[in-house]
Amino acid sequence: MQKEVIKVKKGLNIPLEGEARKVIIDKVSKAKYISINFDSFSDFLPKLLVRPGDRVKVLSPIACDNYRQEIVIPSPVSGQVIDIIRGEKRRVLNIVIENDFYYEDDERIKNLKFYDDKDVLIKTGLWSFIRQRPFNIIAETNVEPKAIFISAFDTSPLSPDIDFILEDKVEYIQAGIDLLRKITNKKIFVGLKADKSSIFEDIKGIEKKYFEGPHPVGNVGIQIHHVCPIKKGEIVFTIRPEDLYIIGKFILEKKFDPFRIIAITGSQLLDRVYIKTILGAQLKSFIDESNIIGQNNRFISGNVLTGINVGYDGYLGYYDRMITVIPEGNYYEFFGWLLPSFKKYSPSRLFFSWFKKNKKYILDTNLHGGERPFIFSDVYEKVLPMQIIPIFLFKAAITKNIEQLEKLGIYEIVEEDIALCEYVCVSKIELQKLIRDALNYIRKEVKYV
Amino acid sequence: MKFILKFFENIRPQIQEGKKFYFLKSTVEAFETFFFVPNKTTRYGSHIRDYVDTKRYMFTVIIALIPPLLWGMFNVGYQYYNALGKDVSFLHMFFFGFTKVMPLIIVSYVSGLAIEFAFAQIRKHEVNEGFLVTGLLIPLILPVTTPLWIVSLATIFSIILCKEVYGGTGMNIFNPALIARAFIFFAYPSVITGDKVWIYGLKENIQKNIDSITSATPLANCALYKLQEIPDNLSLFFGLIPGSIGETSKLAILIGALILIYTNVANYRIIISVIIGGITASLLFNIINANPYMQISPLTHLLMGSFLFGAVYMATDPVTSAQTKTGKIIYGFLIGFFTILIRVANPAYPEGTMLSILLMNAFAPLIDYIVVHYHVKKREKRYFLLNNKNL
Repeated sequence: MQKEVIKVKKGLNIPLEGEARKVIIDKVSKAKYISINFDSFSDFLPKLLVRPGDRVKVLSPIACDNYRQEIVIPSPVSGQVIDIIRGEKRRVLNIVIENDFYYEDDERIKNLKFYDDKDVLIKTGLWSFIRQRPFNIIAETNVEPKAIFISAFDTSPLSPDIDFILEDKVEYIQAGIDLLRKITNKKIFVGLKADKSSIFEDIKGIEKKYFEGPHPVGNVGIQIHHVCPIKKGEIVFTIRPEDLYIIGKFILEKKFDPFRIIAITGSQLLDRVYIKTILGAQLKSFIDESNIIGQNNRFISGNVLTGINVGYDGYLGYYDRMITVIPEGNYYEFFGWLLPSFKKYSPSRLFFSWFKKNKKYILDTNLHGGERPFIFSDVYEKVLPMQIIPIFLFKAAITKNIEQLEKLGIYEIVEEDIALCEYVCVSKIELQKLIRDALNYIRKEVKYV
Repeated sequence: MKFILKFFENIRPQIQEGKKFYFLKSTVEAFETFFFVPNKTTRYGSHIRDYVDTKRYMFTVIIALIPPLLWGMFNVGYQYYNALGKDVSFLHMFFFGFTKVMPLIIVSYVSGLAIEFAFAQIRKHEVNEGFLVTGLLIPLILPVTTPLWIVSLATIFSIILCKEVYGGTGMNIFNPALIARAFIFFAYPSVITGDKVWIYGLKENIQKNIDSITSATPLANCALYKLQEIPDNLSLFFGLIPGSIGETSKLAILIGALILIYTNVANYRIIISVIIGGITASLLFNIINANPYMQISPLTHLLMGSFLFGAVYMATDPVTSAQTKTGKIIYGFLIGFFTILIRVANPAYPEGTMLSILLMNAFAPLIDYIVVHYHVKKREKRYFLLNNKNL
């Protein structure tokens, strides 16, 4: 049977230097400090359940959402809580745990009777791996989604190959899918790349959708938009394939797998490889100092478009499958806006990079200009493969006009979907922050379900 | 380069709030960012950003304006010596035009930038690059004989009342360059209309040897039904005709248009739909055919006056045009249509480009409003279609 392919034309693959080669290096034994980075969760106000000095075990709850206390974040390892890092207004940023490498299970988990219903996920904190659209928050526990969506490929710059990461874990993924099917009788969609075979090909109980096109087609939000668009009051659950594996493994073996395979990428690393480490491990533990080029670098947990700047002392984000290291751009450039340059990449035709098609570029974090009001509104539409007029959505977000935002499709968008709009923005406006603020505002003002 | 950076580093402490030279802060920063892309890095969201910024966009427009500008300089000299009946070299003509056009440009830039710097200082934000284009457009759409004080007054008027009161570049409703021209058009009509203003020196030399020569533009002749006096299409295209400085050569404008379209700085949809709108209107008049003006072919209409200049450089202004794809097509079409309508149906205004673009500037938000309304309806339809199919 000919497979139906959803072709997406708009978008952009940024030719960034620094892809990882397909070799896995084990760095688990070095991951002494583990932390849950609360910046990973959108619109989440952590309430601490542990104090410095407390001993925790694998899947012990260490924090919960202040407004939805049934949602807990579990500890991935056993050990001792040694520090709580706070930011502005004493907001909790990180809970740091010293790993004792025994991976002892929490008693509550040992005493569980059933291992295959929704309550297990909520009680163990594994529910935190299931997120929902709109808002991209950890899923509500008391709602019925209209579908579950899994994106089985990543198109973001330098993104790792998910099929490589999950190569021999198909049975666990199947177990994860089976559990999801017990939670809800709604369809489970999996977005696959049209021109590549995937580990999901043989999984049963899912509906496969094939996609083709440049980034951001790998974003689950774009895929939902092209399969079952979201209207006000509807919720779609999303889960990453890696997290599905963790849930599946827990169901089958009654054991939480804290290990993660991630890619370390970026132009400022000598050897870009895949790393086996622990969820929330410190970057220092798996990126050797000798592997880093230069001193003035930015360490991003996630990809360059949506990741978080964590620094070399920082920790791997909760949902991140890669670390990107790129040079900082805190330098002055003489007539940089004026001179033609062959070293600069730009998707526009105002630099000469359109000349050389297959070249890879080293890009830094310089803003390359100053912030201005919206002037050139044509650029955004070319990188947003959705039936949404971005410029009017942004303007409605600035004025916090909820009614207009709803009409224009704010519930289908989260910040990662418009990250490319931010990248190409001529006026250098912080669009992701704008959309996130608008989403948080709506969540506060509107009773969604 | 190092010493310029040093210079700015040295004066930076002096211009902070509370210091002696605080009132120069935005001016100094404008010059600093002109010389150097600042060392600001990304904070939230995307860690990398495209290399282009508004400066580069605006500069591309300026590059695209250079062909009409150079031609305009040459043509000013050509028309002058032609009226005098003297035969001089190409360079001579160009130099003459250069000395007459440059003062207009300098006056427009100086008066406009002074206002921009002052407002940036009051508002405590960076100086916007938008005026770099406006400041060059204003002289290009005026006759070379315009007195400098009027240019300065018009520029100041338009920058304050048409741009800064709305909040600066990006917030304005009307195209500032056209507002400057409209200001002169209505406040000092003798400066910009009639058949003596389009060639330099005609007013002064009229008593001497060239009293028989007038400089009526093709459009003025049309309005008087003197169709036999319009030059043929080829001369209209190459542009050795009287007119505003930048508008005469359609060849130079097309070169500029190619630059703008190729780099995607101007939206090709607007340019093409303006032309289609103009052709539609002139064909309609051809059919009605009630007076000699209505007989003029669409091609001649496109080549006469500032139709193409308006289509390429004015209608495509990203701020004041419609912002949706469909909206741009409607907006452009109506500009072209109204330009010809004003030309043919209203002999009081020989040229309709300025007025029709300003009119459509006012209607652009309404066009967008309607387009967005239908977009929302389409989204709803799509929602039901996809959900029925897949769920």
